[in-house]
Amino acid sequence: MNIPILSSLILLPTVGAFFIFFSKSNNKKYQSSKYVALFISLANFLLSLYLWFIFDNTVSDFQFVENRKWIAGFVNYKVGVDGISILFIILTTFITPLCIISVNSTIENRLKDFLVAILLMETLMIGVFCSLDLLVFYLFFEGGLIPMFLIIGIWGGERRVYSAFKFFLYTLLGSVLMLIAIISIYWITGTTDVEKLYEIGIDIKYQNLLWLAFFTSFAVKTPMWPVHTWLPDAHVEAPTAGSVLLAAILLKMAGYGFIRFSLGLFPVASEYFIPLIYFLSLVAIIYTSLVALMQDDMKKLIAYSSVAHMGFVTLGIFTMTQQGIEGSIFQMISHGLVSAALFLSVGVIYDRMHTRLISQYGGIVSIMPKYAIVFMIFTLGAIGLPGTSGFIGEFLILMGTFKKNFLVAIIASLGVILAAAYMLWLYKRVIFGKLINDNLKKMVDLKKSEILILWSLAVPTILFGFYPEPLINTIEVSVSNLIEMYNLNVENYLVKNSQ
Amino acid sequence: MIDLNLILPEIFISLALMFLLIVGVFKKNSSSLIYNLTILSLFVLLALVLNLSHIEEAFIFNQSYKIDNLSNFMKILTLISAIFVMLTSSKYLKLTKIFKIEYPVLILSSILGMMVMISSNDLIVFYMGLELQSLALYVLASFNRDNLLSTESGLKYFVLSALSSGLLLYGCSLIYGFSGSTNFNEIEISISNVQYGLTFGIVFILVGLAFKISAVPFHMWAPDVYQGSPTSVTIFFAILPKIAALTVFIRFLYVPFINMMDQWQMIIIFLSIASMIFGAIAAIGQKNLKRLVAYSSISHMGYALAGLTTGTNEGIQSSIIYLSIYLVMNLALFSCIFMLRRNENYFENIDDLSGLSKNHPILSFSMLIILFSLAGIPPLAGFFAKFYIFKAVIEQSMYFLAIVGLLSTVIAAFYYLRIIKIIYFDPEKEKYDKDHPIGLKLSLLLSTTFILIYFIYPNAINNLVSKINII
Repeated sequence: MNIPILSSLILLPTVGAFFIFFSKSNNKKYQSSKYVALFISLANFLLSLYLWFIFDNTVSDFQFVENRKWIAGFVNYKVGVDGISILFIILTTFITPLCIISVNSTIENRLKDFLVAILLMETLMIGVFCSLDLLVFYLFFEGGLIPMFLIIGIWGGERRVYSAFKFFLYTLLGSVLMLIAIISIYWITGTTDVEKLYEIGIDIKYQNLLWLAFFTSFAVKTPMWPVHTWLPDAHVEAPTAGSVLLAAILLKMAGYGFIRFSLGLFPVASEYFIPLIYFLSLVAIIYTSLVALMQDDMKKLIAYSSVAHMGFVTLGIFTMTQQGIEGSIFQMISHGLVSAALFLSVGVIYDRMHTRLISQYGGIVSIMPKYAIVFMIFTLGAIGLPGTSGFIGEFLILMGTFKKNFLVAIIASLGVILAAAYMLWLYKRVIFGKLINDNLKKMVDLKKSEILILWSLAVPTILFGFYPEPLINTIEVSVSNLIEMYNLNVENYLVKNSQ
Repeated sequence: MIDLNLILPEIFISLALMFLLIVGVFKKNSSSLIYNLTILSLFVLLALVLNLSHIEEAFIFNQSYKIDNLSNFMKILTLISAIFVMLTSSKYLKLTKIFKIEYPVLILSSILGMMVMISSNDLIVFYMGLELQSLALYVLASFNRDNLLSTESGLKYFVLSALSSGLLLYGCSLIYGFSGSTNFNEIEISISNVQYGLTFGIVFILVGLAFKISAVPFHMWAPDVYQGSPTSVTIFFAILPKIAALTVFIRFLYVPFINMMDQWQMIIIFLSIASMIFGAIAAIGQKNLKRLVAYSSISHMGYALAGLTTGTNEGIQSSIIYLSIYLVMNLALFSCIFMLRRNENYFENIDDLSGLSKNHPILSFSMLIILFSLAGIPPLAGFFAKFYIFKAVIEQSMYFLAIVGLLSTVIAAFYYLRIIKIIYFDPEKEKYDKDHPIGLKLSLLLSTTFILIYFIYPNAINNLVSKINII
């Protein structure tokens, strides 16, 4: 008997969300609904670990494929995983329970709705990473707007309405072009099934336009310069759990989309647009790092650093080398852990002081030593110090880039230095220095739940820094297969062109 | 021999409405009885139409009246929506003191007009149905006669509608003059080469029809009439006349004038694009919910028309699916508006929704779903409606139309989001009453559930609609 394990992964959080939504609401039950949500998301996490365990990483084909009829004669509901997507699924199921644990008194009103939104978000995010049909992908990709809009809008900070609208409209505007492209692909090739599309390929004369349509959507979501401006706003105003979801997983959807769709479906166009991506990535890396340097709001600083890190990711993906793409995937996972942890860390002191301004802090190390240690780990992780997972990702990306383009690699390397500058400076200003602000003395060190969350993020950050094997092994075959296919396509095109 | 079985529903409805009128005259205080009898007769009608639904194609009265898959589907759609409209609005009528015997009778006669329109295969029959429908609607719009806005809207609708009917009639006469017939099938045969007289005729008729579905630039009446009429009439306006008018659009364009597609295609494209953009932009500044619905329905009709520009069966089917989903969404939205009642007063401003989610979680969750669906966000039904349209449009490589359409969805998303913002993010106001009639609750529940779970089994409607092949 075959259990549809991927569909169970997708559906389980929704079932939980329904259960919570329709349960009676009184204050005591609120706590219990938190436990229900936690239980559901942990079960999902275990299920995904089991999936990883039985996943066969020696073949590049999609595994656990489910294919059901959906819209008659047009689209099938098709899901499956390969080495690339499985890691993102595990990242999602790993981060979600942490988000739920981190929910605390700051979200005093409508906790139940918040949990529902987070669980629905999990469903949609897992769906994005395992859908093997363009329309199914689009459905999950766009569906995520609804819960995220509410998370920012209902539980956000002062300018939450503005940020929620900006987030929603930016992403929607980016995505509608992708919808047109998906429908066009259907009429050009007669299918929206990704596996079939890999086989038959898309006619070269359409590739550039289609690539651009997909690019618009992914560029907004990544976000790439110059359409990154929604991200700092969204991050700053979103509640901690919302920022974590945004940074850790939502941004990865686009990176994943670049690998799965842009490279996979439009190899010739991808080759053609490499300079554009390099340029935008470099601007993102250098420019947003400089912007991050000048921020006085902690969340905003981390948000800009996210843009810079995603710049590395896009750069790595479009090197089209084994190292570059593996590095990008690794960097995405690592950034998922580190940025989630950084936002949670900011959340920890925000809960105590209700301010995110760096200037209000200083000298925390003497009051919160435990906090200073974990924050240090994540700061180093964000810088990419050897021994943290951030290093492996950046190193591989830069290696891939050096292979392709020396100049680009040198400029990108500058970004690493800038990252060190803004992160260390942030650390210095918040943690060290003199304790000037008297209010800070009332702060207490980490609570048990916070220790649990932050250390469960710190452990993999360090572990994968020293021992990246399990991740690399999982993705290796899929990535090399992708690159092989890519090179084959591009060569064929070049041969055809020269004849 | 004429097979009268084919028009049994129409005969039944005519008899029913005369009977109800007589009952109303001779029996005192019978408005409640008549209202219920009307609902009952709508159910009987539905059964009668369903009984005919196996007929693939049949003509009666010298080919001037046509029963086919299109007409059956549209009649069923009309009747189901009518039943729901009646179920939702009874309490409203009572509280606004317009619960009179004429009301259900007028609704019935307007439905009769729609059914004639839907089945018409001849210009004269079509015009007759249209006028019967419109005349009843004029009265309905001004039904709350002590209310200034209501009478104004009735008068406005009457004057403008009469003008458009005049244009339409002039178009009919031109077509008759240049083709020698009023029958759709005969017109198709007689058109051998393009004559400019015919083109003029088409334009005039399209103006009249565009007026009925309130497509830009013939939309001016819609906001005022929607706002001024009693809400129970607004919901009727927003749903039912669109079904009949769109059916006539399909029939008129694709039966007699299919060979002149190059002549009318640009007109429909223009109507479609103008409606999509104008509806989206003009709705942004609205403060009254009913007015906002008027603009949103203008833009939705733009999408429905986009499907008709394609000249393929697929395009027509996508329009019909769009219309069906649009009906459900509007029904759901109006059910929500009917629920904004406090101390026997109804509220219809957007500000009245402020902070609704705190006291009415279920109602606001339904509104959330409805509004996101209207905005076309997946995985709700509204997304699929748009998706089918764009699928059909892109098949014909009309990328410009598709891109404009999708960009105006983004603009439209803004004002739907604004309502959601007011419901969910703004401070709360007083509670609304919670004792709603069962019919209202039922219609909200059914329609919202439909919107929410449509994506699980989209084939249910698609299979029905795929039988409708006009070309």
